[in-house]
Amino acid sequence: MATATAKRITDIGPPHYEKFLHPVVKKNYGTWRYHENIQPGVLCHVAESGDRIYTVRAGSPRLLSVQTLRQFAELADRFADGYLRFTSRNNVEFLLSDREKIAPLIGALAGLGFPVGGTNNAISNIVHTQGWVHCHSAATDASGIVKAVMDVLYDRFTHENLPAKLRIALACCLNMCGAVHCSDIAILGVHRRAPKVNHETLPRTCEVPTLIASCPTGAIRPATVAGKASVEVVADQCMFCGNCYTVCPSMPLNDPENDGLSIWVGGKVSNARSEPRFSKLAIPFIPNNPPRWPEVVEAVVNIVDVYARHARKFERMGEWIDRIGWPRFFELTGIPFTRYHLDDFKHAGLSYARSTHIRL
Amino acid sequence: MADDDTKTPLLDQLEEGPWPSFVSEIKRAGTKSPVCGDLLGQLEQSYQEKKGHWKHGGIVGVLGYGGGVIGRYSDLPEKYPNVAHFHTMRVNQPAGWFYTSDAIRTLCDIWEEHGSGLTNMHGSTGDIVFLGTRTDQLEPAFKKLTAAGFDLGGSGSSLRTPSCCVGQARCEWACYDTMAICDDLTRSYQDELHRPPFPYKFKIKCSGCPNDCVASIARADLSIIGTWKGEIQQDAGATAEYAASGLDIQTDVCDRCPTRCMTYERGTLTIENRECVRCMHCINVMPKALRPGTERGATILIGAKAPIVQGALLASVLVPFVPAEELAETLKELIKRVWEFWDEYGKNRERIGELIQRVGLANFLDAIGLDPAPEMVSAPRDNPFIFYQTDGDGH
Repeated sequence: MATATAKRITDIGPPHYEKFLHPVVKKNYGTWRYHENIQPGVLCHVAESGDRIYTVRAGSPRLLSVQTLRQFAELADRFADGYLRFTSRNNVEFLLSDREKIAPLIGALAGLGFPVGGTNNAISNIVHTQGWVHCHSAATDASGIVKAVMDVLYDRFTHENLPAKLRIALACCLNMCGAVHCSDIAILGVHRRAPKVNHETLPRTCEVPTLIASCPTGAIRPATVAGKASVEVVADQCMFCGNCYTVCPSMPLNDPENDGLSIWVGGKVSNARSEPRFSKLAIPFIPNNPPRWPEVVEAVVNIVDVYARHARKFERMGEWIDRIGWPRFFELTGIPFTRYHLDDFKHAGLSYARSTHIRL
Repeated sequence: MADDDTKTPLLDQLEEGPWPSFVSEIKRAGTKSPVCGDLLGQLEQSYQEKKGHWKHGGIVGVLGYGGGVIGRYSDLPEKYPNVAHFHTMRVNQPAGWFYTSDAIRTLCDIWEEHGSGLTNMHGSTGDIVFLGTRTDQLEPAFKKLTAAGFDLGGSGSSLRTPSCCVGQARCEWACYDTMAICDDLTRSYQDELHRPPFPYKFKIKCSGCPNDCVASIARADLSIIGTWKGEIQQDAGATAEYAASGLDIQTDVCDRCPTRCMTYERGTLTIENRECVRCMHCINVMPKALRPGTERGATILIGAKAPIVQGALLASVLVPFVPAEELAETLKELIKRVWEFWDEYGKNRERIGELIQRVGLANFLDAIGLDPAPEMVSAPRDNPFIFYQTDGDGH
């Protein structure tokens, strides 16, 4: 090369977090003593030293423009000494050393359209995936459903009036980017038709043995089509996981009339009281109905409302169902119990009732 | 493009209602970036047709890295030329997702110049997600990022960007320094993060206590969850305050304890600490009165994953307790042994949890040199189909 180039910087890792810590956080790192709840969305952590740091948590749509991020930066400068952070559920948090600035910050956030809440027994932000905004395998959109659901559950974000925490998550296909499978309510995009093999493109885009090996149920077999090596799908054996499509783009599953949503309930991640557990199927299928998916919103709100009315203090969704039993859950929510609720994959028998402990 | 094509009547309905709108965000970014108009156009078409319009993958990236960029192409490139390429850059977040306003502005400036101006704060794994750019912008964006002290995260069959909860920065329950461990591991495995060497992805997540705010037990191949030995620290005065403020300690604390290891009589809370399973409920309810014990460390669990390929798994216990001061060294030794075994025996797209299911936990423990312990199981086996070894007694 004719001109010398500057040394290319690689493998430096992220910036060290220490330079992003509020001075009060830095000073009291590792010596926090307890915290108090000031109001929904506002926490006060108290250190051994007696220092206090106030956290104001606001919901965000996760998909944020640089313009909005700069507004957050400006709010941090005005109210929080220039420091902010984000949570694992896509909320933005401002760290304040001055209690007097809490109310003006909340006012400024409200002025920009960002609600403060999501703490304790409120519904926190919905963890979700990319959907039609940016994913190739999505069976539904993610951001649109989240927006529609949170519009209706808005007061549950800004008020801590549920029996316990309630965590909702959405994934737009079975890949489940994010831990939706252990949520109080999981909204999961599903495909319901076997992949349509593109025999034209398959031989030059995919490795057939890898493709065959990708199927968990062995539904994909080698086949010669028009003299070219390709595959066929045994439709009866396909459970629409989409793994084949991930390894081979010539196996698309997208199907507007048959893709849609399923709803799962009662999972949790925390070890508090009961052990972490998977969410279980509540509603096997709801068709896609953009832009506001009213049937999905109605289903989620119904489950939240029934839970809020019937669960006891501290009972997470799954713990409430443990107490009342699944038959009563289906009765109270009015959700039909169908053949799809009976597991028929690996270890299916583990979910069969093997006692006479039946609430009759 | 005709004016009619730029109208988005369906998406516009998602600007109504009180929750902040992602459509408004795309429109805001669109005031500076022509990309966003086509993104909205294509998304509107998806909303009309109930079908996505992104093409599968594609291998793009920055020089010398095998991950950190997700290739994305429109399947309608002639209609929406500005999103013909719409690649995602995953930028490794600072531990705990802490920022200064200046750091946020720096990221915004880079992404406004070299991409769509749209982000996710953050992606599910934890990265800062820069959403949408062209192939020729990847290298310039990367150069500016590294000059500003940022680097890319993981994708594909790599170590995925480790993430952690807020930890000791702002939580009294953190039983080890999650941010320090997360940062240390991230720096130690830059090669595995940037140049995918594995059969499939490997996720590491650090939670400071059993509340597990980063959901590590549900989705991390290696889950590190803070815990403690010995007695829960009590402040009797604060307990009395909670009682005086109306908390029913017997009902709301003692009766909710999974092992019923606590009693509250005549104003005194007694805890049978040997029976405590460190669930956190009592501490969550009375943070001023109860705190984790002073002998702190972590439980290491292995093998969580989402359903693809062989079904979802929660992580299971691998090491019941490691003292906090030994954690970094223990983790690195364990990771080395686990990766060696996985590298040798893992099939393509087989996560470590699935491999353990396939070969059995006992064989896995043999391979990585750990002894079986009763903490690793919910109960011993109940079937008598035992593969007795002819050259040992099973100990």
